[in-house]
Amino acid sequence: MTRLSSAPEEPVGGPTGEVAAPAGGAQPERDRLRQQMLDVLRRRLGDAVVGSEIAGGDMWVRVERRAWRRLAEVCRDELHMDYFCFLSGIDWMVNPAMSGEKVWEPEGGGVVMEGDEGDAPAPTGIQTGVGGGDSRFQVFARLYSVTGKIGLTLKVDVDESDPRLDSWVSVYRGADWHERETWEMYGFDFEGHPRLRHIYLPGEFEGHPLRKDFPLLSREVKPWPGLVDVEPMPGEEAGAEDATAGAGAAG
Amino acid sequence: MPLILGVDLSAYWATTLLKVLVVLGLIPAGAIILGYVFLLKMMSHMQSRLGPMEAGPHGSLQLVADGLKFIQKEDIFPERSDRFVFAAAPIVVLLSTFLLYIVIPAGPRLIVEDLDTGIFFALAVSSLSVLGILMAGWASANKYSLIGALRAAGQLIAYELPLILAVVGVVIQAGTMSLQGIVMAQAEGEIFGVGIIGNPFIFTQLIGFMLFLVAAQAELTQAPFDMPVAESELVAGFMTEYTGFRFLFFFMGEFGTAFAFSAIGATLFLGGWYVPGVEGTLADVLGPLVLGAKIMAVAFFIFWFRFSYPRLREDQLQAFAWKLLIPLALVNIAVTGVLKVAF
Amino acid sequence: MAVTTDWQKSAYIAAQAADARVNVELETEGMTLNLGPQHPATHGTLRIVVRLDGEQVVWAEPICGYMHRGYEKLCEVRTYPQVTTLINRIDWLGHFANEVPFILAAEQLMGIEAPPRAQWIRTIFFEMARIANVSLFLGDMGIQLGAITPVFYAFRDREYVLNLMEAATGGRFHPNFDRIGGLKEDLPRGWVDECHGVMTRVISFCQEMEDLLMGNEIFQTRTRGIGVIPAAVGLEYGLSGANIRASGVDWDLRRDQDSPLAWKHCDWKVWTHPDGDSYARYWVRLQETREAARIIVQLLDGLPSGPIQAKVPRIIKVPPGEAWCHTENPLGEMGFYLVSKGGRGPFRVKIRSASFNNISIVPWLLRGVYVPDVITILASLYFILGDIDR
Repeated sequence: MTRLSSAPEEPVGGPTGEVAAPAGGAQPERDRLRQQMLDVLRRRLGDAVVGSEIAGGDMWVRVERRAWRRLAEVCRDELHMDYFCFLSGIDWMVNPAMSGEKVWEPEGGGVVMEGDEGDAPAPTGIQTGVGGGDSRFQVFARLYSVTGKIGLTLKVDVDESDPRLDSWVSVYRGADWHERETWEMYGFDFEGHPRLRHIYLPGEFEGHPLRKDFPLLSREVKPWPGLVDVEPMPGEEAGAEDATAGAGAAG
Repeated sequence: MPLILGVDLSAYWATTLLKVLVVLGLIPAGAIILGYVFLLKMMSHMQSRLGPMEAGPHGSLQLVADGLKFIQKEDIFPERSDRFVFAAAPIVVLLSTFLLYIVIPAGPRLIVEDLDTGIFFALAVSSLSVLGILMAGWASANKYSLIGALRAAGQLIAYELPLILAVVGVVIQAGTMSLQGIVMAQAEGEIFGVGIIGNPFIFTQLIGFMLFLVAAQAELTQAPFDMPVAESELVAGFMTEYTGFRFLFFFMGEFGTAFAFSAIGATLFLGGWYVPGVEGTLADVLGPLVLGAKIMAVAFFIFWFRFSYPRLREDQLQAFAWKLLIPLALVNIAVTGVLKVAF
Repeated sequence: MAVTTDWQKSAYIAAQAADARVNVELETEGMTLNLGPQHPATHGTLRIVVRLDGEQVVWAEPICGYMHRGYEKLCEVRTYPQVTTLINRIDWLGHFANEVPFILAAEQLMGIEAPPRAQWIRTIFFEMARIANVSLFLGDMGIQLGAITPVFYAFRDREYVLNLMEAATGGRFHPNFDRIGGLKEDLPRGWVDECHGVMTRVISFCQEMEDLLMGNEIFQTRTRGIGVIPAAVGLEYGLSGANIRASGVDWDLRRDQDSPLAWKHCDWKVWTHPDGDSYARYWVRLQETREAARIIVQLLDGLPSGPIQAKVPRIIKVPPGEAWCHTENPLGEMGFYLVSKGGRGPFRVKIRSASFNNISIVPWLLRGVYVPDVITILASLYFILGDIDR
């Protein structure tokens, strides 16, 4: 069980920092093992490792784009990460219309975005997560070692204007479909992928749905009716309340 | 000279008409009885469910209702099908089923035509259905149909051989190919001098009977040999494009043939219509009932296999036929021949 | 490819022969066959395009997306409690098991933990979801092979499990019962006794399947040595769950990670099979169903008393951070990579569903097999369309 819990007051974007007490006594040893893994990666990839984090029984490594495939090779060959778990992307742009917070405001019922993908609203900020980041887009993947029972999350920044990345298909065959999915959902171009074709969306689909500036049309037509339920009661602070009541209201 | 309502029934036209009417009535009736008893009810109860319960008492008229439904349906030809062949195929299949009934005796005189080569004729016309199936598969202009039809052709040809060889043992023992003659041979035979129940060939030809059941199962394209219609692979095989009454023809052909093969099996191995101690007109009355009971017994086995077993693969099926069934059948023939000469 | 058993060896030789035939013979016009999206063998709307040489597959390509619902996007505009409603529908046969990893991920970020009774009941429902899911596979495998009876037995006995789920949660298919910090409600009175009886039925159902289907020679001929996945290849494709355990990889997240759920309190066994073929996958799943029933019986006996809900805020806001939580779901490893920015809804949810990876091996696996084996192999890989398309 990976366990990560960060204090709420900590700034977003920084390392998520202090870890809750790990369950199980073997956690420090596991963390030492993770540190060794990280050392191997640093030794092999040099300064291409630009961010890392070992916290809460899990570990994150962020590398430069040029080292992305090499990273996979090192993980497979030297860290014995034999199990490919997943690969996907993330868009760190906070889009008020899409992040949800905006539409939850009482008056914000029918939020209509200006323009569509081509005329995206100015991002209100890009705050990247664990492991840091310099760009709006990141690709992250997870590998696991079945023998060592240990896994790690790998991240790489993707340039917004030039979203190209080396493909992992030659390293992990399972990356094929995941890269296709990421390609169509985010528009990242995986170089060296045998056939980047649509996997979920119809062939004539335009846009990249999981980007934060891609409008979710049903939300624009009609605000989410279920949101009424989580409005705070009048004169009530969100906080210590009877749990069951909260859960019941939310459900 | 039997006279009924002033009509001389021994006149050629009258007997012919009668026979045609009996056969025409018998095949749907046989199909419906088998379909109801085994497909709807036995299968349902084996699978711990009730099956149809609404149409008629205990759902007994369900198949009649289904038949009416099929007749009302639109008669669809696929756009690129070969219309003539497509339309003719179910009729060819049904024809082979009809022809089977000609030689099956249901009593001393209840037989459409007592051919000297009865069993030979029956097995020959039963392979006619391959032609219909191939026509259906080809004319449908559907890949599933085509694969299904070719599978059916390969399978039916492969299993024709063990079927015939299984029967040869019976023919040797009875000394005749006439089905009526085979029934009489069983009726007049005796087991170690005890002739009370005659000598049903199932005792002497047990291997032949088993081979016959297995090969008949394959001829009927029923599980575990239902690759031609394998619904999880080929949707419905050669029947994929058929709807309405043409599908009904196939359905009737399938169950009608199952009925006919059960009848042949009952005749060859269980003594046919023969009841010990009953002769003459009484045998003509009791014969069909006895035969019917034996048919149900054989059909029970055929359908029991069908509901229990998974399906073989086409190459495994061929290997099974050529490497096991045919050698076994040949051994059976050799042993039967030797014993025939010895006793 | 590491050849370890006789079955693998024979399959390997067959594959080599198939490759040779495909490559050497004169170029003939192959036939392209569409299996699906409306095809009886693909439960759901998966389409598989196969190019055939005779009945032999030269090339195969699954085409999914007919049921893509965009859950990752939808999760971003919902609150945390509302997300469970969605993820119930990913693997719709393993309903409750979907909710658990997401709730655990959120609990991790919030730093709260459900009370023991809630964890035990979660584990019970998790394993019941496994039975409800896998028992259908046990029957369905039969029907894909042409044996029509097992599936009815499966539906019959699965019904008892679903009735129990309904009695406790109110939903047969989509229980939506797991909450951050605990459960919606406690178990109804008399439920535990009822559940004991049902588990006896489940165990006898497994025996029935073993007798009716697994011992059958035709079943064995059709599945042994068919669709052999070597462990290394399977791992590279990200196969998980029973699919990879059937290739001899001893890996079960219920045992191999430190989970707050109650598996560690039970005596049970992770089954593996060395062969890696369709038969092995069936065998492993059958054993897993038995083990699930055993786990449930043990948990019922030792069910602790106490509250079922921890103290959580009325408005659930998850502190910023990233959490990855995965569990051993009926179909394999299901994980949620949850990114929170401190709001009431997740910022990004990456759903790692098992079937997506499990089915991505299909183009590799189907080369050189016969059409009937395509169906067997697909059935033995066992996918749920909702789990592929999300």
